[in-house]
Amino acid sequence: MDLGLSEEQEMLKKSARDFLQRECPKKLVRQLDESDEGYSSELWRKMAELGWMGLAFPEEYGGSGRNFLDLAILLEEMGYNIVPSPFFSTVVLAGLTILAAGSEEQKMEFLPKIASGEMILSFALTEPTASYDAASVKTKAVARNGEYVIKGTKLFVLNANVADYILCVARTRKTKDPEDGITVFLVDARSHGLKCTLLKTLARDKQCEVVFDDVTVLEKSIVGKRDEGWPIVKAILQKAAVAKCAEMVGGAQAALDMAVNYAKERVQFGRPIGSFQAIQHYCANMAMDVGGSRFVTYKAAWRVSEGLPAALDAAIAKAWVGEAYGRVTLLAHQIFGAIGFTMDHDIHLYYRQAKAAEIIFGGADFHRAIVARELGL
Amino acid sequence: MSLCGPDVGEFREDEAMDFTFNAQEEAFRKEVEDFINNELPADWVEKNTYWPAGYGTLAQFEELSPQVEQFTRRLAEKGWLAISWPKEYGGAGLSHTEQAIFHERMSYYRAPAGEVATLIGGPTVMLFGSEEMKKEWLPKIARGEIRFWLAYSEPNAGSDLSSIQTRAIEDGDDLIINGQKIWGTAAHVSHYAWMAVRTDPMAPPHKGISLVIVDNTSPGVTIRPLMNICGSYSFNEVFFDNVRVPKKNVVGEMNKGWYYLMVALDFERIVIPIGSFRRTFEEIVQYARETKHNGQVLSRQLLIRNKLVNIAIQIEIAYMFFWRTAWMLDRGLVPNIEASLLKLFTTELSQKLANTGMQVMGHYGQLESTSKWASLQGRVCLGYLDCISALVGAGTSEIQRNIIAMRGLGLPPK
Repeated sequence: MDLGLSEEQEMLKKSARDFLQRECPKKLVRQLDESDEGYSSELWRKMAELGWMGLAFPEEYGGSGRNFLDLAILLEEMGYNIVPSPFFSTVVLAGLTILAAGSEEQKMEFLPKIASGEMILSFALTEPTASYDAASVKTKAVARNGEYVIKGTKLFVLNANVADYILCVARTRKTKDPEDGITVFLVDARSHGLKCTLLKTLARDKQCEVVFDDVTVLEKSIVGKRDEGWPIVKAILQKAAVAKCAEMVGGAQAALDMAVNYAKERVQFGRPIGSFQAIQHYCANMAMDVGGSRFVTYKAAWRVSEGLPAALDAAIAKAWVGEAYGRVTLLAHQIFGAIGFTMDHDIHLYYRQAKAAEIIFGGADFHRAIVARELGL
Repeated sequence: MSLCGPDVGEFREDEAMDFTFNAQEEAFRKEVEDFINNELPADWVEKNTYWPAGYGTLAQFEELSPQVEQFTRRLAEKGWLAISWPKEYGGAGLSHTEQAIFHERMSYYRAPAGEVATLIGGPTVMLFGSEEMKKEWLPKIARGEIRFWLAYSEPNAGSDLSSIQTRAIEDGDDLIINGQKIWGTAAHVSHYAWMAVRTDPMAPPHKGISLVIVDNTSPGVTIRPLMNICGSYSFNEVFFDNVRVPKKNVVGEMNKGWYYLMVALDFERIVIPIGSFRRTFEEIVQYARETKHNGQVLSRQLLIRNKLVNIAIQIEIAYMFFWRTAWMLDRGLVPNIEASLLKLFTTELSQKLANTGMQVMGHYGQLESTSKWASLQGRVCLGYLDCISALVGAGTSEIQRNIIAMRGLGLPPK
């Protein structure tokens, strides 16, 4: 058993922390939150130069051949700093899907361009039912003259507004089994009939409504096999849940650090408020949530990385970390008092992130149901 | 600050994260498992009413002799009674991870696996005792011949332990002790007090305390068992009236007891009955699988499933704290914050587990083991009471939070 990071991972963590502190200050975070694009092309280019986008891709596709655990550690630092960008949708949702299920041609076409920062991708799964089950995929793709025509509405699609390509999960056949007959398509975001509308959200992340109004795609744009797309989606949802946990662990650590530092400096009744037990115990509770979250997340990430079955560990992590991050940011707010309620303060950025992260890829109840199933209850 | 995360100096080459046991650890785990299967009476795990992290039924371990006596002797022969000790002192000389594996397996079967003498007294004597003291005490402890009880708390010194008033005055080659101790778990079935006494009343509280080993049979020692809410005699109040103790029983130097006491805390850090959480949870799950309400088994009912899953998730997190603490100790890192998190998290989980068990079992949860209608040997009923002690003993939850905040996060004391 070995529960520590390797030297390489330590270096990745530290260099990411330093880089983001320097290149992505909260002033920029706020600007990007307010912008329509939601990312800085300059920062994006620098992240690509550091090899972040291709971190978990093999070298033959322009990556650095590191693994999913390394990616999780990088995401932890991105969560710590908050980095508004299409990184998650491009690299985790789309990149890892293409890597796992794409044809050789697709991998050669897309992965090097993702790695180099030239291409931004998005992943369109959820629809107005806003759930992650196969039956909720109602968007249809109908075969016509060797092409497919996609029609339907996708909702809560991350970063589709700036994407070059969108992975669209559509129904190509209707059978009794909702998991049968789903196909994943790579769709050019400039396609005729595709309309993207930005949603105003709590975390100011760039979620979109994407309407596919008879969008035509070629047969070769199918990722994996026709009608057999659901296992691909399920696999990426599991990875995405774990990757999101890593991001949340970083964010929770940041909220804890901020609150502890403030509690040491803020003086009331002639002493730092951090000397009061009420505040100390809040901080201890936060520390407990951060510590607990980190190691269930590492365990799940390690299992994904090793290619071991990870359904149970991923669900445990997402169910727990999602709520824990919320608890941590709420206590941080309590410690900051009124100043934390101002727009100028940074803590609300994390409070917003926490809820968005808890919701996406299935909330705590959704994942507890999976845990129950995995335990054979 | 990097909480629970890797600290500076932890850089390791050619190593990678791995959540599985290596071949050696796996082999050891199997050896422990085989030992338990061969040596522990088959009905032990059923009969034993131990609740995870509770203190209420601990003394029964000792009372359930001769079964315990025999099992303890076999443990001693293996060198596992003193599992954390180096080989030169009759211990097993195992890594912390191996000790953690041992305690995990033993607690899963609710097996007795050491007490104050083996877990606290022995290791402290090893570090700070004179050669003479080591020779006198360590072999007897390792062989399981003597048991200690922890004589720390007093009626007016609970969480504020350094304010103890029990006084020891030097008289020639002896100390003469006067005062009162309380909450001494299993004192009535042990042989010696591992005792903190005040030897310098003029010094600051932390600097006037000494550690001394006191024979229970010394004239002037009166032990009165107290009945706890589980209906057991587990702890005691103990009176010391001009009790004469040879000075050679003082551990290390006079007035350094507080320091030794703090160091001794390190030895207890992975002595968390982590396996018993999983065991008891599995039993409650089994109950939920077999019990029908309104024509449907409980384990298929959504709200019950949700409660059970909440516990399952937290047991997994407790295990992570547990293995992480052992892993840090093996690398020479001091798991101050992690150890407190482990203690705090598991004890609070003890109460959640009890409450969930009661809710799953409904009316049947309130039946004591003697009822013909009782399920799970009435252990959840008893555990619902016993879990109260988990958050109080060995440093209350509040004290743990203080430690995490001040020692771990660096928050100011005032």
